[in-house]
Amino acid sequence: MWTALMQAFGMVFEPYTLMVMVFASLFGLFVGAVPGLTATMATALLVPVTFFMAPIPAIAAIVTATAMAIFSGDIPGCLLRIPGTPASAAYTDEAYAMTRKGQAEVALGAGLIFSAVGGLFGTAVLILAAPALADFAIQFSSFEYFWLVLLGLTCAVFITSDRPLKGIITLILGLLVACVGLGNPAGFPRFTFGNSEMMGGIGMIPMMIGMFAISEVIRYVVDTSPPAELVVEKVGNVLTGQWELAKKYPIQILRGSALGTAVGALPGAGADIAAWMSYAMSKKFSKEPEKFGTGHIEGIVESGAANNSALAGAWIPALVFGIPGDSITAIVIGVLYMKNMNPGPTLFTTQPQNIYAVFLLFIIANIIMIPLGILCIKASKRILKVPRNILMPLILLFCIVGTFAINNSLFDVGVMLVAGVVAYLLEENEFPIAPAILGVVLGGMLEENFITSMIKSDGNLMAFFERPIAATLGVMTLLVWFAPLALKRMRRS
Amino acid sequence: MKVNDAVFGLVLTTLGVTVLTVVQSYPKIPGQQVGPALFPGLIALGLSICGVILMIRGWLNRSKIAWFEAPEWFHSPRHRSGFGILMGGIIFYIAASNTIGFLPTAWLLLVALMLNLKVNLVRSTVLALLIALAVHFALYKLLRVPLPWGWMAPIAW
Repeated sequence: MWTALMQAFGMVFEPYTLMVMVFASLFGLFVGAVPGLTATMATALLVPVTFFMAPIPAIAAIVTATAMAIFSGDIPGCLLRIPGTPASAAYTDEAYAMTRKGQAEVALGAGLIFSAVGGLFGTAVLILAAPALADFAIQFSSFEYFWLVLLGLTCAVFITSDRPLKGIITLILGLLVACVGLGNPAGFPRFTFGNSEMMGGIGMIPMMIGMFAISEVIRYVVDTSPPAELVVEKVGNVLTGQWELAKKYPIQILRGSALGTAVGALPGAGADIAAWMSYAMSKKFSKEPEKFGTGHIEGIVESGAANNSALAGAWIPALVFGIPGDSITAIVIGVLYMKNMNPGPTLFTTQPQNIYAVFLLFIIANIIMIPLGILCIKASKRILKVPRNILMPLILLFCIVGTFAINNSLFDVGVMLVAGVVAYLLEENEFPIAPAILGVVLGGMLEENFITSMIKSDGNLMAFFERPIAATLGVMTLLVWFAPLALKRMRRS
Repeated sequence: MKVNDAVFGLVLTTLGVTVLTVVQSYPKIPGQQVGPALFPGLIALGLSICGVILMIRGWLNRSKIAWFEAPEWFHSPRHRSGFGILMGGIIFYIAASNTIGFLPTAWLLLVALMLNLKVNLVRSTVLALLIALAVHFALYKLLRVPLPWGWMAPIAW
């Protein structure tokens, strides 16, 4: 273990990795602070660049950029009343109300400090839970994996979406896309239309860039709402009063971090849902619920911690089972495969140094977030004035060349365009996108484990419930599917 | 663009039935009960069922929700052309970049989009050139991505 840990330190503290982290931090802070650019988009845009890096710097870039972006999404929320990323949306009105009361420093400072605290809490859980789960998961067979993947997909549909039917549809569309090509247990070309480019399947990265970046560019180009105006001229010292807040709200910080980590670990639910749930919980258990919505810091402290802890939580199922906890880790899994770090329990025994390095990266990212975040808040007025009518065309060009760079293929650019338009159309019509992403990422794994299990059991479906863990996971999955229906019927009768 | 759920349902059901039909022709694996058709077949069945439910739901709500509802930007010529430039620009890049070359294609795409987004002509022209050159330098020179030279091949650097 010590040798692996020393190797991890060596890889992380290499000047190149540290330099990548600094640049990725600045990139993440900028992307998060510009409304319309999300943390997932930052990850998607980073992939083509990480393609040319060694595994650890590549992961370092994603971990730091996303942690920074989730925090800096608070800045335009607080100053313009527009959340920089969806993860800040839950408490944007609250933070803006504080700004109107002349307390922008306190709101931004709480966002920064408790983001870092939440991020470190999530990291601690990741460090403790992931290896223990991996030890347990090493005994899993195809039956357990089948149910685990299905349970993950089920959670993505039922828990993270208030429209289960539309969630099921986007999930199925994602699974259908995953069926394209030769990558199935029979090695038979499916839905390729005789096109050699489609034999290898639909590229995951071009799809992600399309769904998360191109759809945002479309939204910007067709946005008819007038630009928002800054209400503060200067932001003072953001650290003032934060220690007092930490002493006043320890339970809220702990509760937000714990809930955030748990929600993050649920497949499909990410930082945005963690923040919404946490804000609602904070209000429910607050001694002063009437103050919520009038510029009260309590909800910001709790949900600010929750959204950053969710980031680390999402890595638990991603590293241990290859099941993404959110859309960021869905992209990360693609990167891990590209870097020969195939996620799964064996990763913990075959490449422990890489796992330790990931843990270290999370710790460093959440610590350097504080000084860099302070600088970002100081420069926020300038960042918010960056002309988006120049930035968006630049992002578009980067999407095109970044997608092209993965396989040097213009076909992938076409995939990106189609994915972007489809994602835009679906979101306009209230179809959730996260289940589709999970369907694409997990479709191959679900089919492989399903077919393997069917062959092993000679077509006997009862075999899916014969092993104890598989049976437990199976029952849990079926409960999530059918319990809401049963409850509805009971209430009616 | 808002579309009534019934329209989505119809499209999805058609897709589901088409997939179900296509997978019928997939070969069986000798000695196995499962083949390449099983998984996509099950998915297509699920898609068809969901599509039918969505159709029924949309039909029942047809008095409240229009079949098609044009978004606000549809009534603004600038936003409409912006959408057209974005879509057309990416298609133009796919179709023409190998022949014309990365730099002219990227420059044209950027200028058209910036002009639509109200960046003035001189600024658009100069900035588009600088951005195209910077992206070319970063991708072609630093990351060794073979961006096409096209018509500019004789003066490639």
